[in-house]
Amino acid sequence: MVSILHEPTAAVAGIPDGATVMIGGFGTAGQPVELIDALIASGATDLTVVNNNAGNGDVGLAALIRTGRVRKIVCSFPRQRDSWHFDQKYRAGEIELELVPQGNLAERIRAAGAGIGAFYTPTGYGTSLADGKETRVIDGRSYVLEYPLRADYALVKAYRADELGNLVYRKTARNFGPIMAAAATTTIVQVEEVVPVGELDPEIIVTPSIYVDRIVRVSAPVPVTEPVGAGR
Amino acid sequence: MTAVAPRGLSTDELAARVARDIPHGAYVNLGIGLPTRISNHLSPDSQIVLHTENGMLGMGPEAHGDEVDPDLINAGKVPVTELPGASYFHHADSFAMMRGGHLDVCVLGAYQVSARGDLANWHTGRPDDIPAVGGAMDLAIGAKQTYVMMNLLSRDGTPKLVPECTYPLTGVGCVSRVYTDLAVFLIEDEGVAVRELFDCGFDELMHLLEVPLLDRTRQGDR
Repeated sequence: MVSILHEPTAAVAGIPDGATVMIGGFGTAGQPVELIDALIASGATDLTVVNNNAGNGDVGLAALIRTGRVRKIVCSFPRQRDSWHFDQKYRAGEIELELVPQGNLAERIRAAGAGIGAFYTPTGYGTSLADGKETRVIDGRSYVLEYPLRADYALVKAYRADELGNLVYRKTARNFGPIMAAAATTTIVQVEEVVPVGELDPEIIVTPSIYVDRIVRVSAPVPVTEPVGAGR
Repeated sequence: MTAVAPRGLSTDELAARVARDIPHGAYVNLGIGLPTRISNHLSPDSQIVLHTENGMLGMGPEAHGDEVDPDLINAGKVPVTELPGASYFHHADSFAMMRGGHLDVCVLGAYQVSARGDLANWHTGRPDDIPAVGGAMDLAIGAKQTYVMMNLLSRDGTPKLVPECTYPLTGVGCVSRVYTDLAVFLIEDEGVAVRELFDCGFDELMHLLEVPLLDRTRQGDR
């Protein structure tokens, strides 16, 4: 049963030190900035964060990293033109990095939500990112064994929710939201609008309510920095 | 160092050359950097559908002014537009359509390509360099055809088509064609074949590279 909360601080309540937290977004598109701000305010630290990137500019995930709350980040593309807070922490040896090819990251998250024990993927075979991993030749092609990536919490930004917790997203801001919602024990979602049950067309719901635990409405999310071309 | 007069294709000419080889109606991913320019040379009649790995098919040109929407960006995080018939999907679906062999062509930049089609384009391997891979490894091995678009020589004159990559690999044996400012190469089972030359003779090319080359420049089809 979903809880509909009125403040982001209430929505992130109870995230303990040491938790693994998936944070949606690709760069700034779909990044749940208000939930991250609330997580910073909560004081939770020693976190393992899963995101595609490692923060952009000075807000959201970048601020979480700057305040020293992130012990380890699992991502595909940390280094960007505007990832200066991560860069500084990484060079100072103050943050651990697990670098995962983007599609393997997505599939590991998906596998966790889908109850898959592990999977063979061709991505990364023969590269340094597959060093030490099990490999197997199947039908003449080489694959690497990858394991699911689970989280205690997922912080996701969607566009609209109904009061049951069904979600729809907007354009490329969808990115990791649906798979992270399924891969976390507790999924916390910020949306721009909450509508009565029955108002979302069942045919267009992207994340069904079964994956959603807490909803908070942030009607006018702070504009994140203007998107900049900064690599994948 | 002796200054060398510019020769071969300009970046835009090279982009146009690659664009000519992309089949009508193909589903295509253009990598960040140089390959993005290919989109400027795709005719609207070509019905080519562009994929961006952050979750969209039917990507339109870069957005400007009022068109800019923070929720609509490409894999390089540049604001873009959507074309009629566009679709959105989550990241696992986006990479499934790539890894599953549904994309016809992807075009990537490269630090190095080896004679058997190994690709190095994600990491210089320098100890002070923060590694970032993004979707490069998925793209390299995912599409039905992986083309590389690059200058044949690096800024210091070192060839980038090499017997073995010295930079960390992105994918093994994944590149089928290499489009460069001086020549188009086909990576075949028998070796590296030169399909086309630009302001450069075959013998001169053999001197530039340490890779054995097969001359296919006189064979009819392009």
